[in-house]
Amino acid sequence: MDAVILLTLTGLGLAALYFLVASGLSLVFGLADVLNFAHGLFLGVGAYATWWAAGNLPGAGADGFGFVVAVAFGVAAGTLVAVLVELVLIRPLYSRTIEQVLVTVGLSLAGVALLQATWGADARPFPRPEWTRQVTSILGAQVPNGGLLLIVAATLVLGAILAFLRWTRYGLIIRAGVENREMVTALGIDVRKAFTLVFAIGGAAAALAGALGSVYFGTVSPQQGGSLLIFAFIVVVIGGMGSVVGSAYAAVAVGLLQQFVNYYGTSGLGDICVVALLAVVLLLRPQGIAGKVATA
Amino acid sequence: MTEVKSPEVPAPSAAVPSELTPEPNRWSRVRPFLPLAVLAVALILPYSTLHLPGIFEGALNSPGTLQLLAVCLVFGGLAAGYDLLFGRTGMLSFGHALYFAAGVYGTDILITRAGLPLWQAAPLAIVGGAILAGLLGAVALRTVGIAFAMVTLAFAQVGAILVARDFGGLTGGEEGLPLDVAGLPDALVGVTNTVNLYWLALAYLVVVVFVVHRVSGSPTGRVLAGLRDDERRIGVLGLDPYRFKLVAFTLAGGLAAAGGAVYCLIVGGASPHITSSELTLSLLVMVVLGGPGTRWGPVLGGILYMYLDHRLVSFGSSDAVDALPAFLSRPLSQPLFVLGTVFILAVYFFPGGLASLAPRLALLRNSVRPGTRRER
Repeated sequence: MDAVILLTLTGLGLAALYFLVASGLSLVFGLADVLNFAHGLFLGVGAYATWWAAGNLPGAGADGFGFVVAVAFGVAAGTLVAVLVELVLIRPLYSRTIEQVLVTVGLSLAGVALLQATWGADARPFPRPEWTRQVTSILGAQVPNGGLLLIVAATLVLGAILAFLRWTRYGLIIRAGVENREMVTALGIDVRKAFTLVFAIGGAAAALAGALGSVYFGTVSPQQGGSLLIFAFIVVVIGGMGSVVGSAYAAVAVGLLQQFVNYYGTSGLGDICVVALLAVVLLLRPQGIAGKVATA
Repeated sequence: MTEVKSPEVPAPSAAVPSELTPEPNRWSRVRPFLPLAVLAVALILPYSTLHLPGIFEGALNSPGTLQLLAVCLVFGGLAAGYDLLFGRTGMLSFGHALYFAAGVYGTDILITRAGLPLWQAAPLAIVGGAILAGLLGAVALRTVGIAFAMVTLAFAQVGAILVARDFGGLTGGEEGLPLDVAGLPDALVGVTNTVNLYWLALAYLVVVVFVVHRVSGSPTGRVLAGLRDDERRIGVLGLDPYRFKLVAFTLAGGLAAAGGAVYCLIVGGASPHITSSELTLSLLVMVVLGGPGTRWGPVLGGILYMYLDHRLVSFGSSDAVDALPAFLSRPLSQPLFVLGTVFILAVYFFPGGLASLAPRLALLRNSVRPGTRRER
């Protein structure tokens, strides 16, 4: 029983990480039709900026309030990079989807290489608060605090994004744009501002995933973003593109499946089961669990 | 913001200049034979002892140079095969590395672990790669566009996991699997026989270009081009887009697996990095740099990319780069940084890739030169 609770909670921690990456990816995809390969780069930027801030920024550190400052700095850096990418690289290619995807591909190659050139290819130890190294006893299972932190953060982000989409004017534009971009444009609303906003939200969520994920793993490396990105893609497809709630469901399903099969089966089998789940979902419901039939 | 003007689909490189110059000049008569001349030069290249300092480290016929050239040629062919999907059918697959890896690991495992001779192992691996592409394509093609790209990426990731986790001790995991030379014919073993591998790579490239050319010229090829331009129209014509796309996907998978078999012989084994999604992304970069949908663009792009990828490492550690300040020399020593940046610039400023360079220059020349038949 302990093992099941532990696996459930660590699986949910993993799901939280996937959700943080996938939510932005899904919104960007739903609105702008851009499969953003550079999303992993935002994650890397967030992780390295947090790591840098904890060591160098005055007032920031690895513990207490200083840690909050460091993470805030990392999220700000990730958001800034995402906004710059949208303004400088994506926007000039407006509505030329394939070119936009190609640019993000080039950026993901060049950006990771740049991180590697600056801080080396090897993983570096990440400064993390003392309490995230400890475990909490929940129903007899010893759960690492880093995972719990991720779950709490992802839940807050999910709530914030949903509230934003539901109750603000820009949220309305984004929801309408995901539904039918041409119609929104025809009504005289500038969707490009919504693009920038969605990139900023996605960049912030990914940077947060980078910072908290590095706390969870204890290290930071340039390739971290890329390996998470593929599972985030799977989550987006299973969840239905453009649907934040769908991404949340799919992230939980993928995280739990991966964790349980990796524990009870051989290591690595869980990752394969996730892709098998993807194939099954595609065969039964090509538009994803929360997607609409018309947009499939 | 920069205004990017470009044709949506790059025109075939040969067509534009011949229209602009109605009077056939000597060049246009020689042009069809140019590939044959290049092929002849490529064939006799290993007999040359020419030293090209700065371009290659040793003489042209030294094993190191020949191996680099062979790898470049294989990737030229691989890019041409990938272009069958991307440039000619409009399918953005991010999982092409899987079928290449199936060829590499299939050949390697069948020779090293199962002890089969090469003439049985390689065809089995190639057929296996094509069947794998057919099966996975049948699932992935239920989605279109970007979703298709994500799904193929996910399937390729399974391949990478299978190889890295070393299930059943077949793949050698992180260390890779060196090829057991006992199963190979003598002509392909040893440093002195690198020249034969070079010719093998050249033969592979020629086969791929021939197959892609024949397919795109056939009625099937016209359907594929139609799918690229407007899939619905093909459906309205009563043809099944799914079936045609699956054929293209399977064929491209088989060609990639064949490239894998050749690559396995050239580098003498398999290593897990060829299964990474980075390889597919590189293929995409090669095709776009060269010019998607053109006959020679992807080949040139593939050769150039692999050459730069190898040479930029030594360029990055050269004295000229070391002398630069650290914020410049460090990124420049990363081949992927340079190639990624070049790629982004190419997407903006050369949408047709290298293949569009010749017609662009011809246009420029004609508009600069006075008294030509530009005015109508």
